Amino acid sequence: MDFTFSEEQRMMAAAVRELLDDVCSPAAIRRAVEGREDLSADRWARYCELGLPGVLAPEAAAGLGLEATDFVLIAEECGRAAVPEPLVEHAGVAVPLLAELAGTPRAIEVLDGAASGVLRLGIGHPVNPFVLGGGGCDFVLLMADDEVHLLARSSIGVTVEPSVDASRRLARVEWAPASQTQVAGGVAALAAVERAFQRGALYAAAESLGLAQRMMELGVAYACERKQFGRQIGSYQGLKHHFASAQVKLEFARPVVYAAVTRAGDVDDRAAAAISHAKLAAVAAADACSRIAMQAHGAMGYSWEVDLHFYMKRAWALAGVWGDRSFHSRRVQQLLGSGRLPIGPDQTFVRTGD
Amino acid sequence: MTIALQYTAEQRAFRAEVRAWMEANVPADPLPTLEGAEGFAAHREWERTLAKGRWGMVTWPEAYGGRSCNLIEWLIFEEEYYRAAAPARVNQNGIFLLGPTLMEFGTPEQKARYLPKMASGEEIWAQAWSEPQAGSDLAAIRATAVRDGDDYVLRGHKIWSSRATFADWCFGMFRTEPGSEKHHGISFILVPLRHPGVRVRGIPQIHGEMGFAEIFFEDARVPVGHRLGGEGQGWHIAMATAGFERGLMLRSPARFQVTAQKLVELYRRLATSLDPALGAAVAQAWMDAEAYALNTYMTASRLMNGGTIGVEASLNKIFWSELDLAMHQAAMSMLGASAELLPHAPDAEDLGNWLEGWIFSLAGPIYAGTNEIQRNIIAERLLKLPRG
Repeated sequence: MDFTFSEEQRMMAAAVRELLDDVCSPAAIRRAVEGREDLSADRWARYCELGLPGVLAPEAAAGLGLEATDFVLIAEECGRAAVPEPLVEHAGVAVPLLAELAGTPRAIEVLDGAASGVLRLGIGHPVNPFVLGGGGCDFVLLMADDEVHLLARSSIGVTVEPSVDASRRLARVEWAPASQTQVAGGVAALAAVERAFQRGALYAAAESLGLAQRMMELGVAYACERKQFGRQIGSYQGLKHHFASAQVKLEFARPVVYAAVTRAGDVDDRAAAAISHAKLAAVAAADACSRIAMQAHGAMGYSWEVDLHFYMKRAWALAGVWGDRSFHSRRVQQLLGSGRLPIGPDQTFVRTGD
Repeated sequence: MTIALQYTAEQRAFRAEVRAWMEANVPADPLPTLEGAEGFAAHREWERTLAKGRWGMVTWPEAYGGRSCNLIEWLIFEEEYYRAAAPARVNQNGIFLLGPTLMEFGTPEQKARYLPKMASGEEIWAQAWSEPQAGSDLAAIRATAVRDGDDYVLRGHKIWSSRATFADWCFGMFRTEPGSEKHHGISFILVPLRHPGVRVRGIPQIHGEMGFAEIFFEDARVPVGHRLGGEGQGWHIAMATAGFERGLMLRSPARFQVTAQKLVELYRRLATSLDPALGAAVAQAWMDAEAYALNTYMTASRLMNGGTIGVEASLNKIFWSELDLAMHQAAMSMLGASAELLPHAPDAEDLGNWLEGWIFSLAGPIYAGTNEIQRNIIAERLLKLPRG
């Protein structure tokens, strides 16, 4: 029992932060969102240099061969920076799903390309009505009944759905399954799709933690700078106590997300409860941090000029995808209400098969 | 290497050992409330039983009646303790607060004198910090300790001392430097409660029992050797004690997980007649209790890897006190018209425990430093917002 990340994991996260501080600074995010400068290809190349697109792909497929827990701090850093590209879904969800299922030469070729970052891979999971990056991907993984299909961008119909977060390029896709597009089917495919859903929810939760942290930093910085009645507004308890309450939410969401990610891959009730809990807690923390950060900024916080809204909008979007609040809350309630989930102080770390 | 959230074979064996002992020794019927004389005596007896099994304070060295357990083993012990519905710890101010403080600041003689009797329940401790004019503003204390030869002569008035009505000793903060102000010139002194010049007067709590007391010091004499740490170091030592209080030790997660478990069971029993919103409240309570456990394991792991605990203690205190309140509030809502029944009411069955728990949970945001004070600490020391 050791609930700490390894030195290697922390170093990897630090390297990602350093890169993102450089290429995804608030000024860079602003330029991207305002469409003044398209550096997306340059940024993506930098992610590739660090091996990020293939972190969870096997080494045989030009990936780094790391495990689910190795990606959680990376996803958190991507959230903190509000990375404009769908890097987390590509590397954390789509690539590992394809890696699990790729058997045909075509699928293996796409996996190699996606792991190295040469190809961009999107995922259309039934829980999400739209595909992130749908218009900009080279390939998209799509699900129909118990089948997983891999389609080239050119073979799907795409309707752009503008998002409040302009860096999220959403699309509704229209497509038809065909035998040559299928990569897997049946029970094995369903289990893989469920694991993809777990990773989607977990890494959206991790991104939300990072966003919460960033918004807290922005709010505190402004409250230390802005003066009213001759004093820094952050010295007033009226603000302090809201900040502190949001910080409590954030601190207690972290271990929930980190513990839940160790259950990624277990398709059982314990994993379902832990992952839903993680998504709910992280989203609630981001919501609390965004509210106080905006309130501390006053009218500035409602303006386009302050960077806060970029992070806030990303947080709103992540709250809804990979299972929204109702989905996850109802799932926990059903597991508890049915008595199916073993609970109690000796059950927190039990894994099926222990 | 990564996060490893599995118990080792030794840890599993330790759990089994604790479980077996608890099954054999925990009284079948709950003890009377420890806030009354009869219950206090029964709980003291339970501490003796625990000590005989060397379970009084498992993290302490063998020499003081412990087992030198690490923090993970301590958490396992706590989980089994609450799982077995073992009695409340009547000496919690001693074992969880003063004990660790003595371990850090006491002389070898002081440790040998006080710790074994603390672990065995022979000496029950109360905290004598608050005064009528010094609550949240603790540094405003006025009680004095005037040096006279090898003694201190104590004068002053302490209040809201939990369990002091029946306890044997108290640990107090007194001004040893005349005319000193705020956190300067304070010393940390151990005082017997049944002692010439010490007068204890019980104060009935909201439920009517003498759960706390005021203590009057009227020229009470204690040897200088009763001082813990250096003269004038009292504030520094007290803040370390407060860290233990709010931090890891006082409220381990298992008690809240057991309450959450009972809440889920209560909900399942009554669900058909309840407002569905209560289902969401129950789920939230269970999740928060789990979050508290996970956070505690993460903190324990950090400490075992050489880390420290500081301001995090204030985050913990807010979280567990609000969680406890929310769980009992949900239970009271579910029980509807039966919620008001006292535990001994003929139709109360086990529901009265929720009422007692609800009343106790109301104290959570107040004791161990109000949650408003904790929020100030978080804002100023963790987030670095400017002082007001």
